[in-house]
Amino acid sequence: MPPEPTADALVELARGVRARDKASISRALNLVEDRRTSARSSVGTLLGALRDDAPRGTRVGLTGPPGVGKSSLAAALAREIRRTGRSVGIVAIDPSSVRSGGSLLGDRARMGFDPTDTSLFVRSLATGGEAGGLSWSTPAAVHVLAAAYDVVLVETTGVGQTETDVRHVADTVVLVIQPGSGDVLQFLKAGVMEIPDVIAVNKADHEALARRALADLRGALHSLSVVGVGRELPLVATSASTNLGVDALVAAIDTHREALAPTLAAHRAEGEAAWTTHLFVRLHGEHGVATLGGRAELARHVRDALATDAAPLAVAALSARYLAALSN
Amino acid sequence: MSEPKRDRPWIMRTYAGHSTAKASNELYRTNLAKGQTGLSVAFDLPTQTGYDSDHPLARGEVGKVGVPVCHLGDMRTLFDGLPLERMNTSMTINATAPWLLALYVALAEERGENVAELRGTTQNDLVKEYLSRGTYVFAPGPSLKLTTDVVAFTVEKVPSWNPTNVCSYHLQEAGATPVQELAYALSTAIALLDATRTRVSPEIFPEVVGRISFFVNAGIRFVEELCKMRAFTELWERICRDRYGVTDEKLSRFRYGVQVNSLGLTEPQPENNIVRIVLEMLAVTLSKDARARAVQLPAWNEALGLPRPWDQQWSLRAQQILAFETDLLEHADLFTGSVVVEREVKALIDAAWAEVEEIERRGGVIQAVETGYLKQRLVESNAARLARIERGEQIVVGVNKYQESEPSPLVENLDEAILTVDASVEAEQIAGLNAWRQARDAGKVEASLRALKDAASKGDNVMPASIAAAHAGVTTGEWAAALREVFGEYRAPTGVAGATMPSGASDVERVATLRQTLDGLQTRLGRRPKMLVGKPGLDGHSNGAEQIAIKARDVGFDVVYEGIRVTPEQLVASALEEGVHLVGLSILSGSHLVLALDVLERMKEAGLSDVPVVVGGIIPEADAKRLLTAGVARVYTPKDFELSRIMEDLVALVAERDAA
Ligand SMILES: Nc1nc2c(ncn2[C@@H]2O[C@H](COP(=O)(O)OP(=O)(O)O)[C@@H](O)[C@H]2O)c(=O)[nH]1
Ligand SMILES: [Mg+2]
Repeated sequence: MPPEPTADALVELARGVRARDKASISRALNLVEDRRTSARSSVGTLLGALRDDAPRGTRVGLTGPPGVGKSSLAAALAREIRRTGRSVGIVAIDPSSVRSGGSLLGDRARMGFDPTDTSLFVRSLATGGEAGGLSWSTPAAVHVLAAAYDVVLVETTGVGQTETDVRHVADTVVLVIQPGSGDVLQFLKAGVMEIPDVIAVNKADHEALARRALADLRGALHSLSVVGVGRELPLVATSASTNLGVDALVAAIDTHREALAPTLAAHRAEGEAAWTTHLFVRLHGEHGVATLGGRAELARHVRDALATDAAPLAVAALSARYLAALSN
Repeated sequence: MSEPKRDRPWIMRTYAGHSTAKASNELYRTNLAKGQTGLSVAFDLPTQTGYDSDHPLARGEVGKVGVPVCHLGDMRTLFDGLPLERMNTSMTINATAPWLLALYVALAEERGENVAELRGTTQNDLVKEYLSRGTYVFAPGPSLKLTTDVVAFTVEKVPSWNPTNVCSYHLQEAGATPVQELAYALSTAIALLDATRTRVSPEIFPEVVGRISFFVNAGIRFVEELCKMRAFTELWERICRDRYGVTDEKLSRFRYGVQVNSLGLTEPQPENNIVRIVLEMLAVTLSKDARARAVQLPAWNEALGLPRPWDQQWSLRAQQILAFETDLLEHADLFTGSVVVEREVKALIDAAWAEVEEIERRGGVIQAVETGYLKQRLVESNAARLARIERGEQIVVGVNKYQESEPSPLVENLDEAILTVDASVEAEQIAGLNAWRQARDAGKVEASLRALKDAASKGDNVMPASIAAAHAGVTTGEWAAALREVFGEYRAPTGVAGATMPSGASDVERVATLRQTLDGLQTRLGRRPKMLVGKPGLDGHSNGAEQIAIKARDVGFDVVYEGIRVTPEQLVASALEEGVHLVGLSILSGSHLVLALDVLERMKEAGLSDVPVVVGGIIPEADAKRLLTAGVARVYTPKDFELSRIMEDLVALVAERDAA
């Protein structure tokens, strides 16, 4: 086993990440995926070093049921964003097998990117048993990529609670659906899913299909206005196959992000806090919450922890407090 | 006693072609002299996937699994001295079928031969390319359009041509059960005819139905296979009658050619394969009522490498002995009225029909390809087959039973028991290509390519423009690039992510141990061992890579599956970005040396020399040694049939590296 990297080495690694050196980025991602307790301080140092830097990346979450074309759309978006001269990092998440813990990360192949493009980076992550469909290290991975690339796309598995979880790591959440799929509206109505920032109706392969899909969706959303979805929600019809509407989707994402700019810092802090709480509850359950003194107390602990550590580290700090409280 | 009346024998072919058009032409002439009655042209992978011999993706692949044909000049050389009007030429060509047919037609035209007289077959079935063989270029929609272009063109201009050969052959190679083979092939033919129906006049449509032929596989369970051929015949008649209203017996007959199973040929005790081949041939010849039109047999040593002419001759002789020495062709159908056969046939028909209807419910075969349904089912069947072999339920003599063997004199000198393609072939071919480009009229080339793109984007039949382009000197790569511009390039679903492993495997304990070891490694490494699986080069036979990928997930690896047709550069970029602990390459085209060494070199440049690389494929002993010397960690060949063993090996590799 290699020795833990020195603080200097980590600062050097952070510099490599910011310089978009792929080997450095890859190593940094390996490190933040490392779940050994012995790696924690290195992860902390690295994320801290990257945090100082006020990450520039816009973070975009892509969510929606399996098979709607999230991976294909991520690839199309990446191409379009690259065309406008911005760099792109992608985190693609796939589920782990419950039986073996292993996973098949098969999407990368279909993206078909140019391997010599230094401004494009894809890392596939497995959920590793996280029920929510984001992997444990997703926020940290996003953090690393955001220090290197202008835009970070996060593709979720699209099952379970990901639609909610992805909000914690993304500035803009794009819900991807298929034409005529009523189930998504059911989700919205039932409040299972938080309201996304943009809805993309994918597989609208030609103009006529796109018009019909949008009209259908508008009608359906209108009927939902009673539950508060009636606000102006940007709807875009796209086709990852024919590239139709992909530029419009990029524009919608950019517009949302601009509107968010004044409150971006608060938004991100909120996300980190929510994610940390979420992970803590998943790790230690209601018993953990009670031990730390209830929800309100937990929120205070989370704020404290995040003041010194980035999200995944903060959970570790919280866990330590919990364990300490237990043994008291 | 008077001479009994004998039936006409089937057409006998040997799948052949390699190195260059010139070398292949010589091979065809000798094969015809040996009594072979039809030609079966094997093209190399760049030609099949629409790249010229000097394209980066063609590196190491030129002339390997077939002949390179880049332009009309190559076609001239390939058929030099062979009158096209008198040949029956079967071309194993799919995505670029319109182009190769255009070159063939152009050659006939410039020689002043009668195009209407040409006879032969273009395979031209893309569905099985998405599912098994991997030489597709375009998405299913445009592919179907190009296929029907060839159909519409030949029905009118080359009436004796078989424009498409719907293949169930490759489905079996990908693991299909007889029921799946029946259902998927028939559903493919349905999609094709449905699409063609709208493009030709109603009067001519029954002729179109009559021109659809099939290319079928025959495996070692030869009684079941014999019944499968009879089931095909009945089901096809039913479809022609009920769906297309075609009742003319001549037009609704199930016409098929066969290549018997290569998948079941073994690397250990390879001489046994000739017995397998003969038994498999029986399945497609014994029934007079469902007899193959054309038969080609693999060679006994295919699992070792490329067969030599002598190996192919042995298979041809087997056919000739059956057709000319035995009394088979003197009899009426042997099985009419057989209770056993009729019961088996009915069972197959019922099960296959249910699956045909299931596919129809899913919106037809194209839809079932795009959603990955078919591919996933095949990956699952293949996993089940391998598991049966691994636990000894399916006996393979020499592999999982009766492994002890006297030394075989046939493979004493193993590396001489196969054909090697001279490395100079690629350079020679490229030199010829450059000379061709120099000599032609650039303006004409440009104009004909523009006309081709125009026809393609307007939805016109691309055949006339392609033939004009052939005359103008356009190359295979240029033709395909023009259409890639119009239709884009497609990557088919891999089917691996959704595929589930067969349950009840007898290796549960080994798998459990592997899972524990991997869990332990995860704790030690801090993250789960991650492995990259991919196929560099143009070879699209992904079955092996798929099985490795799903087995690796099943024992607990995180697996990044790259699928087919990736460049060494792409593979190394993925290995770097994904932070993998191990890289697995699968290469079956014979290009393993060039490609694997290229990957190793690039890994070194990317600072990944400590990540072990393993290679699987049909790799002769001497090449395996070279790969190992060059730094490949392990080499696997078809004799390594125990996937769990391979997994144990891979886990050990990751553990070793960690300890180092
Ligand atoms: N026709 C059409 N098919 C699409 C489109 N986007 C994706 N697909 C297909 O839908 C399937 C699922 O796509 P994928 O990107 O893997 O979906 P994901 O599971 O949401 O990531 C694949 O077969 C894609 O080829 C589109 O815009 N139009
Ligand atoms: Mg996906």
